[in-house]
Amino acid sequence: MISKRIIPCLDIRDGMVVKGVNFENVKDIADPVEMAQRYNNEGADELVFYDITASVEKRKLFDDVLVKVASQIFIPLTVGGAIQTLEDFERVLKCGADKVSVNSGAIKDPEIIEKAARKYGSQCVVLSMDVKRVDGAFKVFTMGGRKETPIEAISWAVEGVERGAGELVVNSIDTDGVRGGFDLDMLDAIAEKVNVPIIASGGAGCKEDFAELFTHKGIDAGLAAGIFHTGELRIKDLKEYLQEKKVEMRV
Amino acid sequence: MIAIIDYGVGNLFSLQASLNFIGAEAKVTGDREEIEKARKIILPGVGAFGDAREKLRETGMDRLVVSEAEKGKPLLGICLGMQLLFEESLEFGRCEGLGLIKGQVASIQEDLPADSGLKVPHMGWNKLRFTKEAPIFKNTKEGSSVYFVHSFYGKNCDEALIATAEYGITVTAAVRNKNVYGTQFHPEKSGPVGLDILRAFNEI
Repeated sequence: MISKRIIPCLDIRDGMVVKGVNFENVKDIADPVEMAQRYNNEGADELVFYDITASVEKRKLFDDVLVKVASQIFIPLTVGGAIQTLEDFERVLKCGADKVSVNSGAIKDPEIIEKAARKYGSQCVVLSMDVKRVDGAFKVFTMGGRKETPIEAISWAVEGVERGAGELVVNSIDTDGVRGGFDLDMLDAIAEKVNVPIIASGGAGCKEDFAELFTHKGIDAGLAAGIFHTGELRIKDLKEYLQEKKVEMRV
Repeated sequence: MIAIIDYGVGNLFSLQASLNFIGAEAKVTGDREEIEKARKIILPGVGAFGDAREKLRETGMDRLVVSEAEKGKPLLGICLGMQLLFEESLEFGRCEGLGLIKGQVASIQEDLPADSGLKVPHMGWNKLRFTKEAPIFKNTKEGSSVYFVHSFYGKNCDEALIATAEYGITVTAAVRNKNVYGTQFHPEKSGPVGLDILRAFNEI
């Protein structure tokens, strides 16, 4: 049977991984190739690279990082951040990405999902969404979670899949960075309505959070950044623990 | 040199990079002479069977791959590249394959039990079960996980079956007919296990 996946997420700015939550602290950085190598050795099932570069001129640095990683690490690589057009898909796929995650770009132009799915196949198109509770409803946010949209998250997830997204990354703004566990209510509400793999993001604080996550039907992967980057939780230890808990793992 | 057949489908970055990484000289090429000179051939592929089959025909790569394989040159089909080796596919109507491996390519969805609750495509890491010894698995332990992404699968390949994976149904994971090999999974995306499989193919 298919294994549940553990996915570290690397935010890349100016060619380096930004480790901290505070993007202003330039000292808190790491070499992306070294970090990707470490996660690969520890048994990460996939890697997500997020381009948080503000300027177009710096995009070349991101592409170089991607080429370096993809030349040395042979597990699935997903790339997100600043994906607005089919040309952006093409650019990162040529640099070695296997899947491309689109977030604000799909909100601005939902047809990009269809176009990309038609051109590259649904397995290549990941719809990423940042979700927050507003007056009891799940709402989609953009601008890294700063800007509210009128879009309701569950219907957006359904629409994204209908348009051809092959996978969803669901990031809860409410639980993100809190380390109190994944947003299980929200994840359940979305998982109930779609039949593509769901990657849960936001809130992982300890290995028990992952064990609980994977008791929820329809959740295929857990994504985290900080808890892995700081070394508080080693992927190898996490996967051994989950295997003891009878979660299907690749070890 | 290993010739990675270029017939205009898919992203071949990882495949070439993984072969270079294990020290195998590899080149993405659609050049007849180069392919004839190559020690080995890899037939990659993603997307729909019919389109890929048509592109193989248009470029003349279909006849070339078959004739090189018949000369005894080691050939590895990966993912859709494996499916193309089969006799026929039932994806969107019947379509003839290269006929190097016995069997048909069929829909996973249609063959899954109705109440399985399993998602299609079969995507992610799944464990290999060996049904037969084969040179490409000489460095690989049974139960190792490899990376799959596919909605159709090969079946009825009888003697050619060398490995399977379980996903509600028994999915054909790898096949072999003499010097012709196929893997449904992506060795170039399967971490160290996948690299070992590529090394073994390189050493045949």
